[in-house]
Amino acid sequence: MSEVATPVSGEIKFNIQVSDELTQNVKPLLHEIKHALESLIENGDTSIIDLRSIPLAPGEEDRILDTLGKGEVQAKLESLGLSEIIETQYAGVWVVTHYNDDGNIISRFIEVTTMPSILSSQTEDVMAAYSSLTLDLDENQETI
Amino acid sequence: MTDRINNKDKSPADLVQLEKSRLDKTLGETLRSQGISRRSFLKFCAATASMMAMSPAMIPKIAHALENARRPSVIWLSFQECTGCTESLTRAHASTVESLIFDSISLDYHHTLQAAAGHAAEEAREIAMEENYGKYLLVVDGSIPMDNPGYSTIAGISNYDMLMDTAKGAAAIIAVGTCATYGGIPHADPNPTGAVSVGDLIKDKPIINVPGCPPIPVVITGVLTHFLTFGSIPELDHIGRPKVFYGQSIHDRCYRRPFYDKGLFAETFDDEGAKKGWCLYKLGCKGPTTYNACATAKWNDGTSFPIEAGHPCIGCSEPDFWDGGGFYKALSMPTANITETAIYTAAGAAAAGVALGAMNRSKKNSAAAAHSDTTIDDLEK
Ligand code: SF4
Ligand code: SF4
Repeated sequence: MSEVATPVSGEIKFNIQVSDELTQNVKPLLHEIKHALESLIENGDTSIIDLRSIPLAPGEEDRILDTLGKGEVQAKLESLGLSEIIETQYAGVWVVTHYNDDGNIISRFIEVTTMPSILSSQTEDVMAAYSSLTLDLDENQETI
Repeated sequence: MTDRINNKDKSPADLVQLEKSRLDKTLGETLRSQGISRRSFLKFCAATASMMAMSPAMIPKIAHALENARRPSVIWLSFQECTGCTESLTRAHASTVESLIFDSISLDYHHTLQAAAGHAAEEAREIAMEENYGKYLLVVDGSIPMDNPGYSTIAGISNYDMLMDTAKGAAAIIAVGTCATYGGIPHADPNPTGAVSVGDLIKDKPIINVPGCPPIPVVITGVLTHFLTFGSIPELDHIGRPKVFYGQSIHDRCYRRPFYDKGLFAETFDDEGAKKGWCLYKLGCKGPTTYNACATAKWNDGTSFPIEAGHPCIGCSEPDFWDGGGFYKALSMPTANITETAIYTAAGAAAAGVALGAMNRSKKNSAAAAHSDTTIDDLEK
């Protein structure tokens, strides 16, 4: 078991514990991810776990993320605040984190899929892109 | 959210026109006109699903519903209250995603947030009621004094008259905070103002109770968003609370629960047990009888919640929490049986927790009846 948070000064003690005894959720969650990978392989079923819906003890989220680690793909989405889309060292297991403008996490999901849907170009955006490229080519024939 | 509130220089009639043109647009149209891509919209829907405590599998449904949602008019009335609920709400929409939701409602009257005062403010309320009769959402914080109407008035109108008048044309009512939902602190013994809740007075409208002292910011926004998204009220429990947020007790979702099940309790705020993060039951924790989302939604942008900071739950989202017999008094001592049951099976331990919860409820009721005051001894215990 790790130590109680270090007191800031000789006299004042902060009573916020960082005990390993508290971490009861890490293993079950990793097993859930393993089962989700299994059904991705067998049936192509994708899964999403909302980390904010699980009553995690202090430090547990970090331990889950540390265990999953980082893999080959790390993408950033800059819209309505930053989003990070990271493939973990386990291919097919992604961590998607949405931040607000102040840099606070507003939601965090573990997605078990070959590609989180937020990374794919959306049909509506592709159609809008087609129109605007067509318009740009028509209007700026000389400069392009 | 603050269209009418920010447009300080416009006359009420101009504002109505402005609102009308905006209310005609669906949320999808509004977002597209602001140049927000479909991908960003999906991000918005994912954050919204999480905020509404819905399964991520619901994201496509939420996207479809939000795309077609229209901006509802909201009238917010504050009666006998401390403004803590509004403080809580205004902490909630600092984020871009949440402010998008609030840009999607038309908050037409809120006497703490609006610039207009007195008759101009009342005129805004009357116009909003007339324009959106039968469709607006009424949000109420604070209890209503029934002893003497003079205890709390707004622009010379008693709280009772204003509530009854405004409720008539509301599609639904959201009572925010323990005062509006169950009478709260004004209702605490001996209830000097004769405070009652919204639900005590209004019986012919759907009422969603969002208790808490104050309620968690994302729970308030989550309930408002549910109404905005689906145009309906969420499933409620036996005392009118949305089950998605209040369906489980603090105790059921508490990360200290394994210690409770093993019979490991902090006996004082600075003993070894407290330092090791053991259960706070003996320090008066009301988690077993309290239903709220603190253990998962948490406070201060998801940082932590009272139990995580080492303080027991005081049961603020339950009726009569103030008269429960002392915040630092354990309602009943867990017996040795709990430890024994925990050794037999996990399911048995959970059952013991349920039984204890029931025991606590009756104990709490008798404490409320006897109304024992919290003394300095309780605080020092
Ligand atoms: S009694 Fe309180 S601290 Fe203990 S497990 Fe229940 S909710 Fe958590
Ligand atoms: S932990 Fe208990 S007292 Fe504290 S805010 Fe949540 S419900 Fe209220």
